[in-house]
Amino acid sequence: MNAIEVEHLRKEFKVHKSRSGLVGAFRDLWTRRYTLVRAVDDISFAVKQGEIVGYIGENGAGKSTTIKMLTGILTPTSGRIVVNGMNPHKEREKFVRTIGVVFGQRSQLWWDIAVQESFRLLKKVYRVSDEQYRRHMGEVIDMLEIGPLLDKPVRKLSLGQRMRCELAAALIHNPPLLFLDEPTIGLDVLVKLNIRQFLKQLNERYGTTILLTTHDMSDIEALCERVIMLDEGKIIYDGSLERLKERWGQGKRVAFTFAEAVTSAFLQQLTEGLEVVWKKGEQPNVWVSHVPSGGVPEVVSRVAARCALQDIRIHEVPTEEIVRNIYEEGAVRG
Amino acid sequence: MDKYMEMVRIRFLMMLAYRTNYYTGILIYAINIAAYYFLWSAIYGGKSSMQGMSLGQMTTYVAISWLARAFYFNNLDREIAMEIRDGKVAVELIRPYSYLGMKAVQGLGEGLFRLFFLSLPGLFFVSLFLPLQFPGHAKTWLSFGLSLLFSFIIFSELNLLAGVVTFFTFRNEGLLRAKRFIIDLFSGLILPLSFYPDWAQQLMAYMPFQAISYIPSMIITESFQGAAVSDGLFTQAAWCVLLWFPIALLWRVAKKRLVVQGG
Repeated sequence: MNAIEVEHLRKEFKVHKSRSGLVGAFRDLWTRRYTLVRAVDDISFAVKQGEIVGYIGENGAGKSTTIKMLTGILTPTSGRIVVNGMNPHKEREKFVRTIGVVFGQRSQLWWDIAVQESFRLLKKVYRVSDEQYRRHMGEVIDMLEIGPLLDKPVRKLSLGQRMRCELAAALIHNPPLLFLDEPTIGLDVLVKLNIRQFLKQLNERYGTTILLTTHDMSDIEALCERVIMLDEGKIIYDGSLERLKERWGQGKRVAFTFAEAVTSAFLQQLTEGLEVVWKKGEQPNVWVSHVPSGGVPEVVSRVAARCALQDIRIHEVPTEEIVRNIYEEGAVRG
Repeated sequence: MDKYMEMVRIRFLMMLAYRTNYYTGILIYAINIAAYYFLWSAIYGGKSSMQGMSLGQMTTYVAISWLARAFYFNNLDREIAMEIRDGKVAVELIRPYSYLGMKAVQGLGEGLFRLFFLSLPGLFFVSLFLPLQFPGHAKTWLSFGLSLLFSFIIFSELNLLAGVVTFFTFRNEGLLRAKRFIIDLFSGLILPLSFYPDWAQQLMAYMPFQAISYIPSMIITESFQGAAVSDGLFTQAAWCVLLWFPIALLWRVAKKRLVVQGG
């Protein structure tokens, strides 16, 4: 069974356009001009139970809008949504019992009171029995290491501490489906690692389906086998992360640190016939070459034969760059 | 039901989170009532009664009006407006409860807290110094309690209505402020309605505002007698029911038009 099914989903917003200047502001008092913005434009996809799917896109690509429609907060303009076998917006109160949501940019805990009081309220709201709560939340609290934070008011927590508490709060009713909207935004590396590890365990242990949006590609690499990429409200890629990398991240990146200054013309000439692209690195005397697969030994030997080198580093093309390239071209080729 | 009770508890905790607010709250109530007492004794200037009310009755009227206000007053309209403005309403809508219902319960929690822990101590404090006259009949107190509950419902309904309008306008601080002044003025909080000119009194009889403060205060000061009490209660009950319709209607439309701002 699919956890999420979306067909021809569309969301349009009427956006009020302000005229410029004082005269314009007065005219706005009488008549307003609107433009129709299509935040989500005819997207279709399905997510199987137990999958972890990364939902990525630039700011304003329509990620959050999609999440808000999937969680029943916004009504779609048109299209069909079935999540956990229900129409989120129609049966909101029944539906939201089956999902957990974390919005990285807004807190769902009560600011002035201790974390455990928020938990206690949510426990009542979701009608979780004491027994269930102890068993499930005990584990969650251990895994996220938030035990010592429970009696502190939320306003006294650091961002990393708060985010782990938010995550725990979203899981009080052990939902089979979890939506995470930028859960690692602004967090340091250690907290990110902790959260990723936790999400993996959650997925393995309970088979929780997770849909997450993020700008941090390392989140995606650590967690998701599948990514859905969005641009201007349309899906431009839907498939495995592996395939995306194969198709886009072919070849390697070789960074040379030269002992003395070299010119790009010289390097171009050196690697003629190998389809190598040279770019100047950020440090002095560093040049980065993008080499097609299999060409690395040839490039290295040619360069090393002619120039004095201090260092050579070989990388895979990072996912972030793959994504950036895709956005620059606007669509996935092939 | 459990979850709503829990919310009342959370509101209590929130009110208690800042101690200074709590103590100054008591003081403010006492000062308010005392100020009105001195104002009215100056207006009476030795006269034994005005509009059928003695100075003692008037002081009690004022003290009770503020006591009642502590219970029925809440800022639900502002809270809703704020949640919509900064997009926090999204978090509320992913919870398995009725948004407006939960808001009303929060208002109730706040009201109960203020009534029992702010204004009753304040009233006790004031009654040591001022000649307040409380009725001895249990029936009067019972009617008053019922009337107060209706006041709360009507006031909260008006607030929810104003709050839901924010779903359409996004910014309506001006409207909310105007609503607040109108309620304070027309509900009989500042001046008993019997002091208004006849045409104004007739006009106000058709509006829900007098049901908020005037009716409970008239009941507790025993200015309403016999049938007037049950008439008053009936008017209040009618407004409770009547105001529900526009809210339900607007809410249904509002949910579809919701735009979550910021991210």
